[in-house]
Amino acid sequence: MSGAFPAPYGGHVPVLKLGDVLLVTLQGDLHDSTAEQLQQDISQAVADHAVSGVVLDISGVEIVDSFLGRVLAEIAAKAGLLAARTVLAGMRPAVAITLVELGLTLPGLRTALNTEDAMRLLGVEVPRSIPGAAPGSPRPGRTRQESP
Amino acid sequence: MQTAGGVSACLPIHSDMDLVWVRQHVRQAAAQLGFGLVEQTKLVTAASELARNTLVHGGGGQMECAPVQGRSPGLRLTFSDEGPGIADLDQALSDGFTSGGGLGLGLGGARRLVHEFAIDSRPGAGTSVMVTVWKSGPPRPREER
Amino acid sequence: MPEQQASGHQQTPEHTVGDFLLRRREQIAQRWADAALFRTVFTVSRDEAAEAGRAVVEALAATAAAGRVEDPGASAFAVVREQLARTAAARTRAGAGTTQISAEVDALRPPVAELLLADLGDVPADYSRDCVTALTVLMGTLRLVVLETALSAGQDLIDRQRLQLLEATTPVIKLWEGIVAVPLIGTLDSARSQVVMETLLEAVVDQHARFAILDITGVPTVDSLVAQHLMKTVAAARLMGAECIVSGIRPAIAQTIVHLGIDLSSVLTRSGLADALAYALRQQDADLDLSAARGASTR
Repeated sequence: MSGAFPAPYGGHVPVLKLGDVLLVTLQGDLHDSTAEQLQQDISQAVADHAVSGVVLDISGVEIVDSFLGRVLAEIAAKAGLLAARTVLAGMRPAVAITLVELGLTLPGLRTALNTEDAMRLLGVEVPRSIPGAAPGSPRPGRTRQESP
Repeated sequence: MQTAGGVSACLPIHSDMDLVWVRQHVRQAAAQLGFGLVEQTKLVTAASELARNTLVHGGGGQMECAPVQGRSPGLRLTFSDEGPGIADLDQALSDGFTSGGGLGLGLGGARRLVHEFAIDSRPGAGTSVMVTVWKSGPPRPREER
Repeated sequence: MPEQQASGHQQTPEHTVGDFLLRRREQIAQRWADAALFRTVFTVSRDEAAEAGRAVVEALAATAAAGRVEDPGASAFAVVREQLARTAAARTRAGAGTTQISAEVDALRPPVAELLLADLGDVPADYSRDCVTALTVLMGTLRLVVLETALSAGQDLIDRQRLQLLEATTPVIKLWEGIVAVPLIGTLDSARSQVVMETLLEAVVDQHARFAILDITGVPTVDSLVAQHLMKTVAAARLMGAECIVSGIRPAIAQTIVHLGIDLSSVLTRSGLADALAYALRQQDADLDLSAARGASTR
């Protein structure tokens, strides 16, 4: 399954399924209702498609305020109830600094530098040739075998 | 020639969509005044918090945005509404994002993101929050304790 | 044209000056285009100089009309502040000191005063004098605004240079693939701590560093403020997906921290930089083992 979650007010949020992990890419300035709609759509997708992990890619997000922060935490909580783990990937330094100042620590949300690291955290092998993948080690990379 | 007009504005806050416009305007205004990225991010985030408060708790209102001049250029945002007002300001200001109880207005958090913060609110008399950020840092850098 | 009123003061001198400035805007701008201040800045096009002059005249007119001739903070100046700042900056870069810039602004007055007197015609001498005074005050205020912008630009430059210096003395070192370190030396004040945090976090992104070591061996004292900044840096790195290790905590500092009541229990610490590096390397190995094991188990 891949494609997008349609957002209120037009536009869409790209979604990709890699193995049993959902990769959701948030971008730009999210409307409050887009964030809320996303929360529902992800929960639905986790339930419908036997998803064991969710990666929320926020590398394209410039502002995370308390509302979005709460939504992200709730996405993780709901996914957790459905036995899926959530990882927040690619937070920008300025956003991280601001969230700390705001006092929002988002407990319970695993974090990763980028989507490749996030995938690895969730047990999805990522080919080493992807730019931005973890620096090379002497071990040979293995490509993921698609599960039937 | 850049005019102050690109920065000054009075934006209505009556819907979710207005929050997006508020963020965009503040971002553009801060960039125009030459604020750094971290400073911009903090200010836009604070604006988002305060604007949402205005919408959700104040029943809607407006944001005024204007450049100010101190030792360095600055940006001043004023959020006002005619809502029910805040009964216990002390509590509201000391509130972080405590789960459950408390107003959870996050005013304390927003205050930490800006250099100057002033709030005027009384039950039945609406609320007005004015925040200022200076380009060269807080007016007299003082070690916080 | 303002056929003067009987000594009934229908219009204040300020208003008269305001009207006059608006009416004679073009002429004044043309004269100013040849004055040192504008001529030396707008070297390419006299039209540009005149346009700049026009904008300033308009601002002056608005200020006079609002009765604020003595107020450098008058809102009408806000519109031309940016332009005046650029003009002052250009003059400064060309080697003109504040005294000279001041004199150049002063030199803008005589041509205007001349036009004003011609315009006033046969008004009572008293009124005429009041108008010229109002103009003089207004031009003095303009000089203040220009000097203010020059000072502010100078301050800006100093701030920028100080920031550059801070950044240059806060080197982030890549110790290994995925591991960066910042050896902090000397006292940490608020500004420096902020720069350290931002520089380190940027390096984490650039180097894809899962581990960031903050070495405080060279920091003589840690007070509650420094400790707070360290905590914030650790928290921010964590949100980004990196782990911070604070190394170099000497027993004396450890004691201070405990006395200050600061809880470092959520922060990874090691006594030396080498220990921190060893820890990070072991973690990396463990991560690779784990993902290899996972890969094997899913076959």
